[in-house]
Amino acid sequence: MYDKSVAQLVAGLRDKQFSSVELSRCFLERIARLDSTYNSFISVDETAVLAAAGAADKRIAAGNAATLTGIPIAHKDIFCTDGMRTSCGSRMLDNFVPPYDATLIAHFNREGAVVLGKTNMDEFAMGSSNENSFYGAVSNPWDTSLVPGGSSGGSAAAVAAMLAPAATGTDTGGSIRQPAAFCGITGIKPTYGRVSRLGMVAFASSLDQAGPMAHSAEDCALLLNCMAGHDPLDSTSSELPAEDYCAGLGGSLQGLRIGLPREYFGDGLDTATARCIQDSLKELEAQGATLVEVSLPHSHLTIPTYYIIAPAEASTNLSRFDGVRYGHRCANPVDLHDLYTRTREEGFGAEVKRRILVGTYALSAGYYDAYYKKAQQVRRLIKQDFVDCFSQVDVIAGPTTPGPAFALGAKSDDPLAMYLEDIYTLAANLAGLPGMSVPAGLVGGRPVGLQLIGNYFDEARLLNVGHRFQQATDWHQRRPATAPGGTQ
Amino acid sequence: MITLRPPLPRRQPFPVANTMAIEQNEIEKIAELARIRIAPDQIGQVTARITEILGMVDQLQAVDTTDVEPMANPLDAIQRLRADEVTEENRREAFQAIAPAVENGLYLVPRVVE
Repeated sequence: MYDKSVAQLVAGLRDKQFSSVELSRCFLERIARLDSTYNSFISVDETAVLAAAGAADKRIAAGNAATLTGIPIAHKDIFCTDGMRTSCGSRMLDNFVPPYDATLIAHFNREGAVVLGKTNMDEFAMGSSNENSFYGAVSNPWDTSLVPGGSSGGSAAAVAAMLAPAATGTDTGGSIRQPAAFCGITGIKPTYGRVSRLGMVAFASSLDQAGPMAHSAEDCALLLNCMAGHDPLDSTSSELPAEDYCAGLGGSLQGLRIGLPREYFGDGLDTATARCIQDSLKELEAQGATLVEVSLPHSHLTIPTYYIIAPAEASTNLSRFDGVRYGHRCANPVDLHDLYTRTREEGFGAEVKRRILVGTYALSAGYYDAYYKKAQQVRRLIKQDFVDCFSQVDVIAGPTTPGPAFALGAKSDDPLAMYLEDIYTLAANLAGLPGMSVPAGLVGGRPVGLQLIGNYFDEARLLNVGHRFQQATDWHQRRPATAPGGTQ
Repeated sequence: MITLRPPLPRRQPFPVANTMAIEQNEIEKIAELARIRIAPDQIGQVTARITEILGMVDQLQAVDTTDVEPMANPLDAIQRLRADEVTEENRREAFQAIAPAVENGLYLVPRVVE
């Protein structure tokens, strides 16, 4: 059961080939047996899993099941789960048990899906390697000496190692797409505002977006159907009605115009990775798509722009962690100032502190115009590049990352080298566009991803391009040979 | 084309960020603003890292952004308002159950007023 797609599991439950309890036990058993190697989960509550699975089985027997009723899904530990610890990978929230569900979790619960567990992540979603977690690094199932990517590294590793059939993630600068690429799975970051942010611990509020991570585009579409939609409790959530993202799967790519930004194929892109991307583009061309060279002339400014805007918003959002209402509090504070400063010293890790300090600096008196306002202006130029491109093409394609997964420890002491990992993914967040990564080959046994960026609210088209690609290729069906049950 | 707007009057002289020369005491000031204690033996390393990051973001200073309107929201959306009606129930007990220290419905902190 563990090697099946979500679509196959949906059919299996419907046809009574197995029950949700059997399915859930299968994944619980794999987590218990194998996750000491990957460290992809922070919390798993077996009793709650089996109770939810039992309720799902009753609902299926009663004949009123929804599509995902009984499907176990792992959730990034950034989504608040009522009564279940939500740590955000931080010591600050190690003891935090939310009194409410994130809207996304509530959607899955209403559908009757099973919360399989909460996955490991970079602290407060700040990182590209999952090495910034209070709960320890996550290993890449393809080679446990490699990083899985981040910040949704636990979700990506859990799906790749077949410890969960699908997972949720969040993407502020590439945190769904980059780990999906490194772990050989499929992930989509929807348009900003497509999925509710309520109950998703905030990092950078104008960039954060939740999305699904699974083996295939079809599975991502099944999950996105349950996630997308307007939420009156999130004032930045889009009022545009959500679509049925499965309805358009299989449509022809004839006449589809795919833009290839020349900036995404230049210096810094690993040669073997570039070859995989070129081969993938040939496959799309063979299906009738037209490849068009385009330009995103402000691409080189995405990293500096992002590393002002994201830390500035983070410094504001993370000011709520003060040791007063919830989360960590230092022992024996002598006064209120000591309570704040020591709680935050102890509760936050090095990278989170760095970003809070950079953000505080960028927003401080005398520097606001030079940094924050300047970055917001350049952000508009970056967005305008995409608006211009989408007047010529339907989809933009390129590599998700400059190369395959790197070794654990290789960049953990060098923030600037780590920031470069997201060079191709940041722009979609700055512009608010949907972006997706689909497995596109192996380089020395390590997966690489093809990134597809779509126009605003064009998730259905992106998913269809991914789906058509996956009907003609089998990269998404490869499983790491080291993961028990895997066949490369 | 880019949406143009008349440039906003600047409220203060545009500072030239000389971040390569950021001083340790400036980091200490920022840490104080952010209410994060930095141990004395770490302040040097933190300053070095922040200096690197600020050096990298300084590339932006060279970009001509004359008449470009700052973008706060990728969809240029404005804050949506709702009717001023009570929609949530009071859940004080549930929220205070996860607090580090409470008494009689109040959050406890060290004495502020002597």
